[in-house]
Amino acid sequence: MSETKPLVEVQDLKKHFPVSRGLIFQRNVGLVRAVDGVSFSIQRGETLGMVGESGCGKTTVGRTMLGLYPATSGKVTIDGDDILHLKGNDQLRVRRKAQIIFQDPYASLNPRWTVNSIISEPMRVHKLFATEKERTERAKELMQRVGLNPRLLNRFPHEFSGGQRQRIGIARALASDPLFVVCDEPISALDVSIQAQVVNLLEELQDQLGLTYLFIAHDLSMVRHICDRVAVLYLGVMVELADRDELYEKPLHPYTKALLSAVPIPDPRKDRARKRTILTGDVPSPLNPPSGCRFHTRCPIAMEVCKKDVPEWREAAQGHFVACHAV
Amino acid sequence: MTQQPLLEVNDLRTRFHTPEGIIHAVNGISFQVSEGETVAIVGESGCGKSVSMMSLLKLIPQPPGEIYSGKAFYRGENILSKSEQEMEDVRGKEIAMIFQDPMTSLNPVLSIGHQLTEALREHLGMTLEQAESRAVELLDQVGIPDAARRLHDYPHQFSGGMRQRVMIAMALSCTPSLLIADEPTTALDVTIQAQIVELVTRLRESLHMAIIWITHDLGVVAGMADRVIVMYAGFIVEEAQVEELYDAPAHPYTLALLAALPRIDRRRDQRLKSIPGAPPNLLLAPRGCPFAPRCEFALDKCRQENPILTGIAANHQAACWVDVKTGGLR
Repeated sequence: MSETKPLVEVQDLKKHFPVSRGLIFQRNVGLVRAVDGVSFSIQRGETLGMVGESGCGKTTVGRTMLGLYPATSGKVTIDGDDILHLKGNDQLRVRRKAQIIFQDPYASLNPRWTVNSIISEPMRVHKLFATEKERTERAKELMQRVGLNPRLLNRFPHEFSGGQRQRIGIARALASDPLFVVCDEPISALDVSIQAQVVNLLEELQDQLGLTYLFIAHDLSMVRHICDRVAVLYLGVMVELADRDELYEKPLHPYTKALLSAVPIPDPRKDRARKRTILTGDVPSPLNPPSGCRFHTRCPIAMEVCKKDVPEWREAAQGHFVACHAV
Repeated sequence: MTQQPLLEVNDLRTRFHTPEGIIHAVNGISFQVSEGETVAIVGESGCGKSVSMMSLLKLIPQPPGEIYSGKAFYRGENILSKSEQEMEDVRGKEIAMIFQDPMTSLNPVLSIGHQLTEALREHLGMTLEQAESRAVELLDQVGIPDAARRLHDYPHQFSGGMRQRVMIAMALSCTPSLLIADEPTTALDVTIQAQIVELVTRLRESLHMAIIWITHDLGVVAGMADRVIVMYAGFIVEEAQVEELYDAPAHPYTLALLAALPRIDRRRDQRLKSIPGAPPNLLLAPRGCPFAPRCEFALDKCRQENPILTGIAANHQAACWVDVKTGGLR
């Protein structure tokens, strides 16, 4: 696997949002370092999970690497093309290969468009078919593929349930025949019984179409289920990255350990018998991230060195990367 | 166990009159809560778990809502027949409630201190000084650092987890005997959820409070509940002691919910078992078992007649015609 060239490569990606004060004379008073130097790669057909608490920058990574937010710095290569630095038609050509599924199936679909126009839109943008009729045919095919009745083609989003809307969002993402899809918390807004349906659909589509996923989520149990490798983010930086079972069975970073121990197990005896590491306090503000290791303010094993020096990102075991002084 | 339960609900039914028709939100539920007991009510959105609790406290706007049947005995008194004025003494003082979204349940233009002392002065007749020092105590108790100073802060100055702590402090201010928590951790990160669960568990022991914990997450209640009630389409479909429910679920819906849940403590072996279809439309009065259209065990009888909740083992009730172990009629 490691011999082949990865489909997606992200190098030192940064996204800083300026914070401004004042109504007329706006001045910048600080920077929110939402993503502060993140690097990773994803192989063809692989699913990389990205987890962390809210505010850790996982959604910003997904959006910035597709160019939905202009990146502050860094490089993103998808299938050999530098997606962030291309212009015009070249950019359009690359964007066709990378799509996104959003978290909120209510806010991410235009309520005044029919399902047909929502799903056909990427085909129109990328000029994929000559006629509207062909696009409609393709939209029907896509509906079938994601488990929607093609006869509902001319309905509006409000006529569908949350799970069905998420299927519309998936069909739209597939409309441009992408190689890579960012799934940004695609199931968080859905009920438990519907979550499994959507996750199974994403897996089936991956098998059939050979898709590559970046799966962003805060549900660590679901991430263990669907992902091949998992990256843990804290305050805009990556703290650990490893194969799925390695990360869940042998976590190295104290943050990963605390995160995993906080997830409840649906088994009363097992859950009660567990030893929990309960983190104190909240994630610090990304306006003013702590010095040294960003986790030192909440870390149960923080040492003097953690306050001063940024820990080095290194390979602690085969394919298992971590940034911690104590490891 | 001959002791009178703290809360006894009998055949509670709530419906809503809407332009589209009548929504049957709660369809005759009965359950009990003992002193100091933690009962979890589990179900998906629209199953009636929140509406039934709001009905108990008479927080349902009537109209369009209508509590058209049922009794709820709290310490032997039917609270559903109380007047609005009498209810004000029950709410907050005897039964307190916390909600999913602490930002919308706190008033954004009043300081935390103002909102905390209001109940103390109103319900307990404290002076401002007394109320303020009690408020500081309460914020301390729920783990808010530097409580005296934070009294003058406004809700937006607190993080999501801290706001939920403020809500809990408010709920505890008149030392209620029953705390109803409506999805209190759903909007929070797992790390913060663990903090809140630990806090509530600690408070329950020190204050000997009964808790009704409403959630859609079978994971979070496994470690903290004594008993679990599973709701579907406005009915209680299963009720059992917590170990019994997870060891031997008897209703196909409970079974399916557990199978649809990925586990963090297990290696993946196969695809998740999903439940086909979607929850039923509550506008149509159900014929037969409401879960039958999605149920893998459904028999002809299930589509004709709605099963009632019956005991199947000690401390274990289920509303299902089918024995899930054999697949035949029970």
